[in-house]
Parts: sequence; structure tokens; C-alpha cells
Amino acid sequence: MSESFELEIFRYCPEQDTEPFFKSYEVPFREDWVVLDAINYIKDEIDGTLSYRWSCRMGVCGSCGMMVNGEPKLTCSAFLKDYPSRKIRVEPLQGFPVERDLIFEMDDFMNKLTEVKPYLLRKEGEEKPLEEGEYLQSPAELAHYKQYTLCINCMLCYAACPIYALDSSFVGPAAIALAQRYNLDSRDQGRNQRQEVIASHKGIWECTFVGECSVVCPKDVDPAAAIQRAKVSSTLDWFKEMMIPRSKGK
Amino acid sequence: MTTYRKPVSNTWWLESKPYFFFVIREFTSLFVAGYCLFLLVFIAKAGDSQEAYATLILSLKSPISMVLHLISFTFILYHAITWFNLTPKIIVLHLGEERIPNALIAGAVYLSWGVVSLIISWLILGG
Amino acid sequence: MSKSNEPVLWLLFSAGGMISAMVFPMLLIITGVILPFELAGEVTFERIHNAVKNPVVKLVLFFVIALPFFHWAHRFRFTLIDIGLKPISFLISLLCYGGAITGTIVAAFILWRI
Repeated sequence: MSESFELEIFRYCPEQDTEPFFKSYEVPFREDWVVLDAINYIKDEIDGTLSYRWSCRMGVCGSCGMMVNGEPKLTCSAFLKDYPSRKIRVEPLQGFPVERDLIFEMDDFMNKLTEVKPYLLRKEGEEKPLEEGEYLQSPAELAHYKQYTLCINCMLCYAACPIYALDSSFVGPAAIALAQRYNLDSRDQGRNQRQEVIASHKGIWECTFVGECSVVCPKDVDPAAAIQRAKVSSTLDWFKEMMIPRSKGK
Repeated sequence: MTTYRKPVSNTWWLESKPYFFFVIREFTSLFVAGYCLFLLVFIAKAGDSQEAYATLILSLKSPISMVLHLISFTFILYHAITWFNLTPKIIVLHLGEERIPNALIAGAVYLSWGVVSLIISWLILGG
Repeated sequence: MSKSNEPVLWLLFSAGGMISAMVFPMLLIITGVILPFELAGEVTFERIHNAVKNPVVKLVLFFVIALPFFHWAHRFRFTLIDIGLKPISFLISLLCYGGAITGTIVAAFILWRI
């Protein structure tokens, strides 16, 4: 007699319903299954109308983020066996508008990623022409920002952040961590340009260091630390600008 | 296209343990301010006459004072511990390629706390 | 979006937070238990009295009290906003930082007078 596992899944079909509802499904329990396996089983065998995002199923693409029992998780990394009650509730990631079932609108996040100018910026006249070769960087210099390069844009941090849930104009953990990835890169000279977004009222100063973003991050990016460090450097900037009005630093 | 937005209630912080303890941590600031007010009373009495100061010390033996001190101590200790534990996130130091471990930074901060506490008690209470 | 002037408030919050974390626990033990129950022998009135009247001590005490007031103001402001009082956020800022400024003035007044 094989065990079964119950998934209570959030459903929302805008053409038919005005309100969302929960639908329960029973799947076989397998020791090695993750929540994504169960959801794929439901789609293949039980209810083909269920809509959701997934891709690599190995925790590197960031597509399959959902709330599992109220916690933001990559469903490809959440094992069924870790839920001994054999029942879970699956909902779309918190904080985002839901399009259908488990699919949410990512536009706000995509806009924010673009806003922080996530590319190397050089000062006027300091661009190195191609013939002169690469910008050189030591392993020590790489170590300063490497952690922030690991973000897979899965948005679990936004789902975990109560500030973003209350106010979606907050720039948010991943976008700020991405900005820091470039700010701390020795080849970059664009920190000042990013400050317009990062050091604004909707940037780092909205953050109250709840810290949950870093707790849920599947890649140990530690966006909370990125934000606090940005607070320190922005404060130093502020004083520098007070003392020497025309000095703008990097 | 009609998207659905789940409403966020004002009791969001009661819905999970991490959120709850976060709000508790933030509320420790009330006890910080409260103790500041007490310190002002203490300083005012200490700078006044012997009678005024003696009256204050006597009132510190009362159950109310002890309960308030105990509650304040619990909350302010929680503030201190969470504060010190978060310091390594803000103070990031590298030695070449290696990052100085969080435990070392936190250890240094806790050590300073111990030293500062000893200095304070030595200054106030005497050798 | 323009750059914010929050840095100053955050700096005051941080300084006040560090000071209250480092100093208040020991002080609480002293005022809560050690002094009232004379656990460190007799600490004379003269000792405490002369200490708080010392100008250097007064300066230190000023910062030990004023900065934590600003720590409270900044932290409490954001907490109240987060638990639903965002519509009156301007009023909250006024009350919180106003309170801290008041506390600072009172502290200065008391220290000046003793």
C-alpha cells in the first residue's frame, strides 16, 4: 500500500472566476520527489489546466519559486519527505499580482533590475578601447563582489520581504544586491549613477533589516547584507558631499 | 487582464515566527527610550541632595521597580544580542581573497561589550 | 527619484543602537539590582554625586542618553508605519523625531543644571 501526499493548490482562472480558490490533489508519495515533481504529476495525470513556471528543475534558473506552507521556496528544491504531515499548501509567490494559478506578473521586478543599471559603467573618457585588452582584476578584487553575482533572479527574497508586500514601490533585495554587485566591482565606475535609485526613499532607506530575504535565498547571496552595506557607504557619501560639495566620489 | 492581488493585513507580523520576532526586536526601542527617561531621573536625583538620591535608591527596591527593570532588561538584552549578531553583515572585511569570518567579527563585538561593561561597573561602583 | 537625506537619521539610529546595546544592559543591572541592594558594598552618595557633576562625565552622559533617543525615534517610526500607520507617516515622523529632540533638550537641561 503506497503512501499518498496531498497538495492544496491556489487556483485562479480570470476568464472564469473573479475570485481565486484552492483545489486539493492527491499524488503518490515518493522519497525522492520534490514539490515540482508532484506538480508535474498533477499536470500530466490529473489536471492539465494547472499553470505554473519551471525550467531547469535543479535550482539554477530561478523559475519555479512558489509559497509552500507560507514559505517562499524553489519547488524543485523542496522535498516532499520534509513535510511529514504529508500535506502542503502551494500558492504563488507573495507580493506579486497573480495572472493565473501559480503564475505571477514579474514586470515590476524586471523593471527594477533594469533601473539599477546592471552593467559596467565607466567615467567619461575612461573607457578602455578594445585594442588595449581587458580590464584586469585580481582574485582579491573578485572576492569583494562575487557573492552578489550568484543571484538567479528567483524573487524568493521579494516574497519574503514584508516591506515589499506592504509597498511594491520598494526597490527590493535582489535589485539592490545586483547594484552592489557592480558597485563593488573594481572595473566599475558607475556607483554614483546607481545612487539615484539605490539611495532614494524607495531604495535602501525603505529597508528595516528584517533579514528574511537572506534567510530564504537559495544561493546565499545575502541581499540583506548588501543593503546594509549600501546604507553605510551612502551615509559616508552624504557626509563627503556635505564637506566637499563638488566631490562625488566613484 | 485582471490580475489578483492578495490583500496584506496589518497583522502580517503575527503570521510567522520570523516576522513576529522581528517586530519584537523593533519594539525593544521603546524600552531603550524608557530607560533613557529613567537615567535622566537618576542623574537629576544624583545631582541633587543626599535625601533626594536616597529616596530614589529606596524606590528602586520596590516590586514595581524590580519588575520594570526585569522587563526592560529582557527587551534591551534582546536588542543587544540581535544587534551584535547582525554586526558582521555590516562590517565586511577582506584579507586578500579571504573574507574575515562572521564569527570573528561577532566575537570581537561581544568581547568589546564585556570590556565596556566591566569598565562601566568599575567606574560607577569602584574597584 | 532623488537622493534621500535619510543617512543622517540612520547614522543617529545606528550610533544610538550601538551605545544602548553596549552600555544599557550593565547599567540596568547596576540600577536594578546592584545599587538598591548594595551588592557591591557601599557606593556613597558623594561618589555618584561628584561623578555626575563632572563636566567630562556630563558630556559622555549626554551622548549616552541623546543618541538612544534617536535610535528609538527612527526604529519606532518605521515600526508604526509597517504595522499599518503609513497614511499618517508624516505625523509619526514628527512625533518620533520631535520626541527625540525634546528628550535631547531635557537631557541637556538636566545635565546643565546639576
